[in-house]
Amino acid sequence: MTDFSHVRQDFPVLKRQIHGRPLVFLDSAASSQKPTQVLDVMDAAYRTYYANVHRGAYLLSEESTTAYEDARGKVARFINAGSRSEVVFTRGATTALNMVAFGWGMDHLSAGDKIMLTMMEHHANVVPWQLVARRTGAELVYLPMDADYQLDINRLPDLLDERIKVVSFTGMSNVTGTMPPVAEIARMARDQGALVGVDVAQLITHAPIDVQQFQADFVAFSGHKMLGPTGIGGLWGRPSLLEEMEPFEGGGEMISDVQLEGSTWAPVPHKFEAGTPPIVEAIGLGAAVDYLEKIGMDSVRRHGQELTGYALNRLSELPAVRVFGPADLTARGGVISFALGNVHPHDVATILDQEGIAVRAGHHCAKPLTRALGVPATVRVSFQVYNTRDDVDALIAGLRRVQEVFRVD
Amino acid sequence: MSIEELYRDVILDHNRNPRNRGTLDHPDAHAEGNNPLCGDELSLDLRLDGDRVTEVAIQGQGCSISQSSASMMSQAIKGKTLEEIEAVIATFKAMMDIQASPSRAGLDPDRPGAVLGDLEALQGVRKFPVRIKCANLAWTTLEEALRSGKGKVES
Repeated sequence: MTDFSHVRQDFPVLKRQIHGRPLVFLDSAASSQKPTQVLDVMDAAYRTYYANVHRGAYLLSEESTTAYEDARGKVARFINAGSRSEVVFTRGATTALNMVAFGWGMDHLSAGDKIMLTMMEHHANVVPWQLVARRTGAELVYLPMDADYQLDINRLPDLLDERIKVVSFTGMSNVTGTMPPVAEIARMARDQGALVGVDVAQLITHAPIDVQQFQADFVAFSGHKMLGPTGIGGLWGRPSLLEEMEPFEGGGEMISDVQLEGSTWAPVPHKFEAGTPPIVEAIGLGAAVDYLEKIGMDSVRRHGQELTGYALNRLSELPAVRVFGPADLTARGGVISFALGNVHPHDVATILDQEGIAVRAGHHCAKPLTRALGVPATVRVSFQVYNTRDDVDALIAGLRRVQEVFRVD
Repeated sequence: MSIEELYRDVILDHNRNPRNRGTLDHPDAHAEGNNPLCGDELSLDLRLDGDRVTEVAIQGQGCSISQSSASMMSQAIKGKTLEEIEAVIATFKAMMDIQASPSRAGLDPDRPGAVLGDLEALQGVRKFPVRIKCANLAWTTLEEALRSGKGKVES
């Protein structure tokens, strides 16, 4: 077993007591906690060299710009981008997906075209495409899920016809933890001539990411789920896509020249970064990348698998627990959704909270998926680098308490 | 604060055996309510005889608080006049108003059950503010149904 016990010390919030119990934080898939190493870097930026970027001809602005662009370089290296200009800073994965849906879709989709999504998508990878479909007349097609909570890729050859212009899918489900075979799906979609996108908002903090190996056209992610601050995330785009895509927002910073009758755009990636960007958030994201790289994403993956395996084993001790997700640890990450008898997930979450345990209850912004599971909501636990077997043990004890209160056998 | 203050036996009983479940043919008043954040759903049918609610039928799914509140509400309003129901709604809302003191909320600690019957078991929800909207769902749905019913009667 990988020793991750030292990692906990880096996360100040984990020292908190909740209702008189030590905090057991099992909702990192919604948003992760932040290590001191990220907080300190952001604090130092504000205290010692903060200024707007790409503008001032003075030292502070130069230092801020360097730190901001260095952060872009760190992110680019982290996902193995070909160059840092392939990384656009955005508010998060949601903005990144909207950028492509509108910036590319409005010019490339029309009535008769189809957009392929999957039954496993977060609303962030559904609703932007619905909005664009409504405006362009394109249709939506959903790749279904099979009985083992995997994407049913056997259906792909059937569904992938020449009318499919874009395929956008998740690299890891935020509900079932499923990790679909990204490169395989991307290859099949590309062979059909579709633009291919991957939402890695979850995957990026659970496994190493290599956008070149994915062979996709765009990849979207958020900083706050990977130990970084809120308000920052990114879009990786194949250079040719970023060149042809229209900017999603107009404003300062993204222009080359502005005339009264029209403007020309700044070079990629700046043409997509209108206005003053979240400078310190980007720098904080760079620090989060440093932190994860120091642990090593292969170790992060092993730790997640080990903990997920342990949790699935311990959950199986409770006959009333029904897990919605693949059993195969190589095809899933550290997110586990389940039901506990007929007890509603919100009741489970309230009782666990009294024990100091934070879990998510609900549809997890993936209503089509929870509907497909045949339940209105699930309880979800999710792991990060700071979680341990003790957290899992606390969860099991907490669930026994729920069974006691609700008299579940 | 113990969890048993929230999950009292009465609540668990109504959750397990909800009263007045189902739907009515051609109801005089109907409304649907949901809490989009948690996915609690409720459908409420009322039969009116003059200004008296003679039948109540509820369908829905959700947490024990939302479902037991609906079940207890159905008992509390069945057979009552619209005016009496307005008074129950006001008392219940006051009970759920965490800004208000328990006495202002019309609760009488010496006579539990005097005002709201089983519904007083939901007092514990006051200590769990995030769950208040679960308890309120049935009641906002009821208000909506009464508005729709009124329109129907008048038209």
